[in-house]
Amino acid sequence: MTAPLLPPSVPLILSILRAPFPPLAELLPAGLLSGDRLGDVFDLVAVLLLALGIKGLAKVRSARGANQLAAAAMALAVLGLLIEIQPDPITWLWIGLGSAAGGLAGLLTARRVPMTAMPEVVALFNGCGGLASLLVAVGVSLFQADGADLVELVSIAISVFVGAITFSGSLVAMAKLQGWLDTPSWTQSSLRHVVNIALAVLSLLGALLLPGDPAGLPLALLVIGSSLLGVGVTLSIGGADMPVVISLLNSYSGVAAAAAGFVVGSQLLIVAGAMVGAAGLILTQVMCTAMNRSLLSVLFGGALGAAAAVGGGGSEAGYTRITSCSAEECAMALENAERVVFVPGYGLAVAQAQHALRELSKLLEANGTEVSYAIHPVAGRMPGHMNVLLAEADVPYEQLVEMEMINPEFPRTDVVIVLGANDVVNPDAKTDPSSPLYGMPVLEVDQARQVFVVKRSLGAGYAGIANALFELPQTAMVFGDAKAVLNGLLSELRELGVGKASASRQKVSA
Amino acid sequence: MSAFSQALWVLLLGSLLGLELIGKVPPTLHTPLMSGANAISGITVLASLTLLQQAQGNQALQAIAALSLGFALYNVVGGFLVTDRMLAMFRRKGDR
Repeated sequence: MTAPLLPPSVPLILSILRAPFPPLAELLPAGLLSGDRLGDVFDLVAVLLLALGIKGLAKVRSARGANQLAAAAMALAVLGLLIEIQPDPITWLWIGLGSAAGGLAGLLTARRVPMTAMPEVVALFNGCGGLASLLVAVGVSLFQADGADLVELVSIAISVFVGAITFSGSLVAMAKLQGWLDTPSWTQSSLRHVVNIALAVLSLLGALLLPGDPAGLPLALLVIGSSLLGVGVTLSIGGADMPVVISLLNSYSGVAAAAAGFVVGSQLLIVAGAMVGAAGLILTQVMCTAMNRSLLSVLFGGALGAAAAVGGGGSEAGYTRITSCSAEECAMALENAERVVFVPGYGLAVAQAQHALRELSKLLEANGTEVSYAIHPVAGRMPGHMNVLLAEADVPYEQLVEMEMINPEFPRTDVVIVLGANDVVNPDAKTDPSSPLYGMPVLEVDQARQVFVVKRSLGAGYAGIANALFELPQTAMVFGDAKAVLNGLLSELRELGVGKASASRQKVSA
Repeated sequence: MSAFSQALWVLLLGSLLGLELIGKVPPTLHTPLMSGANAISGITVLASLTLLQQAQGNQALQAIAALSLGFALYNVVGGFLVTDRMLAMFRRKGDR
């Protein structure tokens, strides 16, 4: 029999459908309109819409609608619950207080945040979601654990544990992305494993002792132990792997929500939490694949290239055959190029140079040059981040070309301009098995006829690894802030008269 | 079937559904999808509301629940709006 698996309203709906005469009139006063039944209907519709929402978010065309659908589903679920519980005036007051504060803060944050800071903000939101689950479990444990059965206590322990890790881990991730926190050197030694295992044992101890005294010391032990564990685990992970960590923490916050569902006995919460948890895990896996990293090495392998970063920073050590050139030379090469590919990286976004880049490519297009943008799967600081940033600057969607599509095109490309990207164009990843990047899929810009790398200095990249591309004979470095360089290129090209005769596609010979 | 085993079934089926929902995601959408899924995980508002209801007469618990509601709602409202902001930029290209 499968019937018991279904929430009670499904048999109810089926019985309505099967009935020869609409028994609706009978059901209305007693059954359907009672809070419980109506709440169940709302819940079912909400789950359906949430599932459709997650599915739709994975396709470009339907993504925006799907997001709104999921938001509507969430509103429906809240409405259903409010109908079901019929809060009294004092409860309404508390609800109003909490919602007003949280909702308003969310609204302001979402409005104000610049697109470049998106990864940090997602981490912040995620941490708050984890904190919410943590607070629910702590509240129940402190005040309502009398007579709770083992299942409930285990759910509380899991909810506290996962919620606390999500919360503290997300905050650390945010702080590291913002540059507020560095990677301390002790987290790169094996000492961190000892510390983390000790913290895990501490948390486990708290969880095991929790049934004996739900409102006392074990709870504190569990909260503190798992919060510190979240910090300890995240702190050792280097910047380039951060997106993976955020995605994983996002999956955790789903698990925390599902655990909270067990604590308060809400099936909708369990379904939704489980869905987000599982979907987040898949997304994490997809991201790892794009970076050619395994999840295990991200979590336990320490920061990528951290050893190199120690001596790195702004030093120019290691590079011997660097050619640098001025914006003027670069502009002349661009003027004569028939096919130009831009490789934007996070440095472009930091310099807020997307709009200048768009201007430049418009000018080149007017000159008859074929322009496209090579997008590495992890360009920016989060997969897909660069697409968002360029879309903000009105770059046509068709000009953004993904790695697999553009790599075969590089040999017939005249000029490649690398803007603030580093590790994703490092040829060592293909050729040097001793490089920490070895095996990571990269943009093969070294195949192009001429490469210009716009960079502020010869400092190490995000992962702290020297880039062999910079020393190739066809590469020239243009030193400077991405925006300043692009504006320089714009004025040089205008002086050369490029794009003036936009109707006639002929080139002005230099 | 006890409420607990029923809840476990719900958990299992929900997880399986989640695993199936997103198979192939274009890299373009990784960031919005992450932020959208993040907003959905704020569904823990339901737990906060339930706790608020159960907390009647216990002011400390009511405060904790309201605080939790605030954080969860911050996650939900902020998450959905930020996702919408990102996705609106893709849509503006209007390739139709």
